[in-house]
Amino acid sequence: MLNDFDRIYKNLYGQMDWRLESARARGDWEGTAEILAKGRDVIVEEVKASGMRGRGGAGFPTGLKWSFMPKQSDGRPSYLVVNADESEPGTCKDRDIIRHEPHKLIEGCLIAGFAMGANTGFIYIRGEYYNEAQRLQAAIDEAYAAGLLGKNAAGSGFDFELVLHRGAGAYICGEESAMLESLEGKKGMPRMKPPFPAAMGLYGCPTTVNNVETIAGVPTILRRGAAWFSALGRPKNSGTKIFCISGHVNNPCNVEEELGVPLKDLIEKHAGGVRGGWDNLQAIIPGGASAPVLNKEMCDTQLMDFDSLAAVKSMMGSGAIIVMDKSTDVVKAIWRLSKFFKHESCGQCTPCREGTGWMMRMMDRVVQNKASLADIGLLEQVTTQVAGHTICAFGEAASWPIQGMMRAFRPMVEQRTIDYQPPPAIPQAAE
Amino acid sequence: MNNQVEPQHFEFDAIAEADVAKEIALYPPGKQASAVKTLLDIAQRQVGRETGSAWVPRVAMDVVAKRLGVAPIRVYENATFYTMFNAKPIGKYHLQLCTTTPCWLRGSDDIVSACKKISGANFGQTSADGLFTMTEVECLGACVNAPILQINDDYYEDLNAERTEALLNKLKGGEALPPPGSTIGRQASAPITNQTTLLPANGPAE
Amino acid sequence: MAKVTVDGIEVEIANGSTVLQAAEAAGVEIPRFCYHERLSVAGNCRMCLVEIEKMPPRPQASCALPVSDGMVVHTDTEMVRKARRGVMEFLLINHPLDCPICDQGGECDLQDEAVSYGRDDSRYDEGKRAVAQLDWGPLVKTTMTRCIHCTRCIRFSTEVAGVSELGATARGESMQVGTYIQKALSSELSGNIIDLCPVGALTSKPYAFTARPWELRKTDSVDVLDAVGTNIRVDARGAEVLRILPRMNDDVNEEWLGDKSRFAVDGLKRRRLDRPWVRENGKLRAASWEEAFAAIAGRMKAVTPDRLGAITGDQCDVESMLALKEFFAALGSQNLDCRQDGAVFDASRRSFYLFNTTIAGIEEADALLIIGSNPRHEAPVLNARIRKRWLAGGFAAALIGTAHDLTYPAEQIGVGPDAITALLDGTHAFSATLEAAKAPMIILGAGVLARPDGAAIHAAAWQLALKYNMLSAEWHGFNVLHHAAARTGALDIGFLPGEGGKATSQMLQDGVDVLWLQGADELDVAAIGAKTFVIYQGHHGDAGAARADVILPGSAYTEKDGTYVSTEGRVQSGFLAVKAPGDAREDWRIIRALSAYMGHALPYDSLQDMRAHLAATYPLFAPANAFRRFAGTDTAAPAGDVSAMSDAPFVPVFETYYQTDAVSRASPTMAACIAAHAPVVAEAAE
Repeated sequence: MLNDFDRIYKNLYGQMDWRLESARARGDWEGTAEILAKGRDVIVEEVKASGMRGRGGAGFPTGLKWSFMPKQSDGRPSYLVVNADESEPGTCKDRDIIRHEPHKLIEGCLIAGFAMGANTGFIYIRGEYYNEAQRLQAAIDEAYAAGLLGKNAAGSGFDFELVLHRGAGAYICGEESAMLESLEGKKGMPRMKPPFPAAMGLYGCPTTVNNVETIAGVPTILRRGAAWFSALGRPKNSGTKIFCISGHVNNPCNVEEELGVPLKDLIEKHAGGVRGGWDNLQAIIPGGASAPVLNKEMCDTQLMDFDSLAAVKSMMGSGAIIVMDKSTDVVKAIWRLSKFFKHESCGQCTPCREGTGWMMRMMDRVVQNKASLADIGLLEQVTTQVAGHTICAFGEAASWPIQGMMRAFRPMVEQRTIDYQPPPAIPQAAE
Repeated sequence: MNNQVEPQHFEFDAIAEADVAKEIALYPPGKQASAVKTLLDIAQRQVGRETGSAWVPRVAMDVVAKRLGVAPIRVYENATFYTMFNAKPIGKYHLQLCTTTPCWLRGSDDIVSACKKISGANFGQTSADGLFTMTEVECLGACVNAPILQINDDYYEDLNAERTEALLNKLKGGEALPPPGSTIGRQASAPITNQTTLLPANGPAE
Repeated sequence: MAKVTVDGIEVEIANGSTVLQAAEAAGVEIPRFCYHERLSVAGNCRMCLVEIEKMPPRPQASCALPVSDGMVVHTDTEMVRKARRGVMEFLLINHPLDCPICDQGGECDLQDEAVSYGRDDSRYDEGKRAVAQLDWGPLVKTTMTRCIHCTRCIRFSTEVAGVSELGATARGESMQVGTYIQKALSSELSGNIIDLCPVGALTSKPYAFTARPWELRKTDSVDVLDAVGTNIRVDARGAEVLRILPRMNDDVNEEWLGDKSRFAVDGLKRRRLDRPWVRENGKLRAASWEEAFAAIAGRMKAVTPDRLGAITGDQCDVESMLALKEFFAALGSQNLDCRQDGAVFDASRRSFYLFNTTIAGIEEADALLIIGSNPRHEAPVLNARIRKRWLAGGFAAALIGTAHDLTYPAEQIGVGPDAITALLDGTHAFSATLEAAKAPMIILGAGVLARPDGAAIHAAAWQLALKYNMLSAEWHGFNVLHHAAARTGALDIGFLPGEGGKATSQMLQDGVDVLWLQGADELDVAAIGAKTFVIYQGHHGDAGAARADVILPGSAYTEKDGTYVSTEGRVQSGFLAVKAPGDAREDWRIIRALSAYMGHALPYDSLQDMRAHLAATYPLFAPANAFRRFAGTDTAAPAGDVSAMSDAPFVPVFETYYQTDAVSRASPTMAACIAAHAPVVAEAAE
């Protein structure tokens, strides 16, 4: 188990005050100017060396991402955008950082902004986090008042403005290019790539979008050194990560642990175990709604990091662990995610707009035992017609839960079709 | 509430105006359209203040469009794309029930039943007394404290049917909204019992 | 340049081009619904997916992907076919199978691609989506259940038309394309979204359930409802013109057409003059050609030639005007004018009255001064070109006259000639902009020339062009924007008062005893002297016919082979699509017949002879004379006393866009547009 000493978020649960004074007592804003004085190249190299991979879900190496930003401005400003649109079902980690450790995030914004040559940062927070936004704004105001933001931020000689931007209810805005569209005052519809945000992002300017947990971890990494961070976790999966353990456990909670921690350990040690004991476990979604579900057998030995989960065709995503015991109708649990994706599809491109509704309706019939074996075959085919054919990764996100269900629970799903007698076919014209 | 007619006039009041000016100023010159969601939210809150029902009438969308110098259709697009803008009048208390998988696993069906029982309304409806509007929402992002009920701006967490009914009955009885958060006195997202990390005994280490 | 291989065919294409463009260059067709070369790239339909070597093993949207050197593209692999079949299936699951009652049938992209990528049966067992019918006004019929959300219509109205009133509201499968609020489309280019819509979601309302495309006879022609010279295709069945569509011409209209030009087509079969009429005892009675000719000949021979006059209208073809001119020359009359609006200005050189910059040339300009014109109403397609130029950036426009929403910012810098004076002095704020511009241009509305001080303003505008460097060997920034399709051609053949001849205003008020109105309906017929014998030659029972003593039924532009010169001086021909109704005849032939009847037979009796004569007399009409932009090297100014400009503000030429001529005034569709956009007028009219 990770030592509290090595946890980045000492106030994850809000047992201490969130304000600047208390944050300073926890080490935030200590020597920020000296960190910046090392220069942007040193900071980027340090973050690269730490092995930090994006905590939003995709796991892209953070330092590498920063290095894509132009070293020299062509006249356009550069922007940092922080993704606080935490909406992946099962995920509630950024919420804790925002309400209990806001200064880690704000300081991280300053450092990241400096490292990528961005004098302005935007934090895009989901609209439903109203109280969290109030809290974060208060912390930003504190930071401005203390000279930590604005002109000569934290006495570094670097000017940095930080703006909090509230969303208004749209999961897709967590997709980075949809987020930029939304920030520009448009509907959150993902953009086609290329061009990538580092070349043409917010307002057509070079932009990097990072997750809250990624950015908030940076100050600690730079204070304690890349070696400290990279020593934690597993090779290429270094550091700590906040896991959100929800569903059928005795003590649902958020907890910061080392990457690579065994899934079973996480649940047994921190979440009070599966309701009714480990043997009562049926399934776990290990990385938020879009991560393919694991059956118990897979869970027994699963390690929680990017590569270990990719190896079983699932993913760590945002670190949201949704636990289902034996009483659960897994098909219904996945159907509810299909409903989620159908509701959250932006509607821009054909496969997702039409496919999410089709998948949900077929899942609906599977749940009600009104699907034939052929219907299930069709459902699987439809998922492959959506995934890989869309503008953004939403197509995959909406397809994977169903594909995962079929991989992990095929016999159970097919069992549901046995008694079903489809109504006689009515001749129809072609489609 | 639901029979409220589409108003013919809207303008930002003094409270709203202060926010509008501040929010527009946050964005680079010429990029004021960025503030469209914020202005719609400000308008919705103002209508809520004035009428007890927080929604965005079309005249308000037009005012937002004019203020930001964008075509009204671009504002209509925003107002209908994002789920937090109410295109119709709603009740004083907007019951936003999360039923997505993590909440469902923790018993959101019971919360839904409790809300329906007390309000007498189904999803998409407002109670006869105009107090409650029931809306099914997707994941609210507080899953380790599931099930969640969001009332207006506030999250009520770790609910069960009993506590939900009690909460709604208080509102029905004219009481104000209680402070948000866990309804079982839990410390944020920490385990309910047997906290394993960040124990106060370990102190603010480093 | 990048070397790209598409299905084994190697092409060289400019960097920054897309894979789809490379495929087109290689002659490989890529199916698409959302992509359109004149609109921004949306990439949303996902039909244009292709496979690209050395990229992640997933299909790529070719419309949005830039080429890179050495790229190898496959458009017909199993992966591609599978992907496109999948997309096609998705497009069809919620698309109604109502092709038999859909007006798009036969010219539907979805139908066409379904042949290649559709299944022969449906696998979709769930409920189909249906959405409410929307009312977008009298022109565009919506069946939004058929919409495939390609957003072409939204992008067109936002980008090209510059009227942001269409959008996609809500999201996911509930996303709906529309105006959100109930309203009639207010763009003058709205009909183009019908052409752009790849399915039957947007169809022509007046044309609904009228015909199938394969029943139509298609004839190339030129629009005459404004002076842009938009290339059109006239679709007819039997004797009836059913619809008019734009033809592509990058130099003129790209592929757009104004709503009036498209939808006034129903005016072509109403209020038609289909037989000769002769006034007897104050009343018009139907007559034979012989009777009409006899009445005219009798009257004309009874007066001296200097008491004969002829005025041509706004839609006449060059052939008929030339015939009339030469007929009058044979009779010995010099009283000719093509400017029924009474304009008097120096037309001695073409560059004095042409849109010299040319329409395509607008894209090279960097500053624009509009004087007394509303190009949005007077030439909507040309206005779209100005907007296109503005969108490209680095372009400033200003307007002297009534302020309009031109769909691009144009600062109103004055309302009357005093602003011209200030610009000539260099004291006006906009002077600096013009001064700094590399390719500035002026658009002088033809309506200005009809003012009493028209010649003065004409001369002043030229002085402005001189002062601000608009005339050079590389550039010609002086432009007159005509709104009458016939005007430039008439000026080109000198349909103007000859030596000692009378202009329009002098022919009115009994200035002549016999007045020949050739399709002239826009003059004040009340000003024609009570004793004047009026011959009206034309196709519609409008203002001119009502005043006529003899009516000679002519042909509308769809009913004759005719030559027209557009405002930029482009000589173009339209072809006969249908025969004129009843006894009506092609106009130049009427004059030819009458000339023979009166013993002055004109020297041509066939279209070939006529055109050969035209080209011989006016070389610019020779087929070999290709259109080109002229340099502004001859700087000699038009006659006109700049100091004679009055203070009167400029007023709009048209009160409304929709009804401006005999055809559109006869159109119920155009009347419906006026009603839709001005409810008060509608109440009075109905």
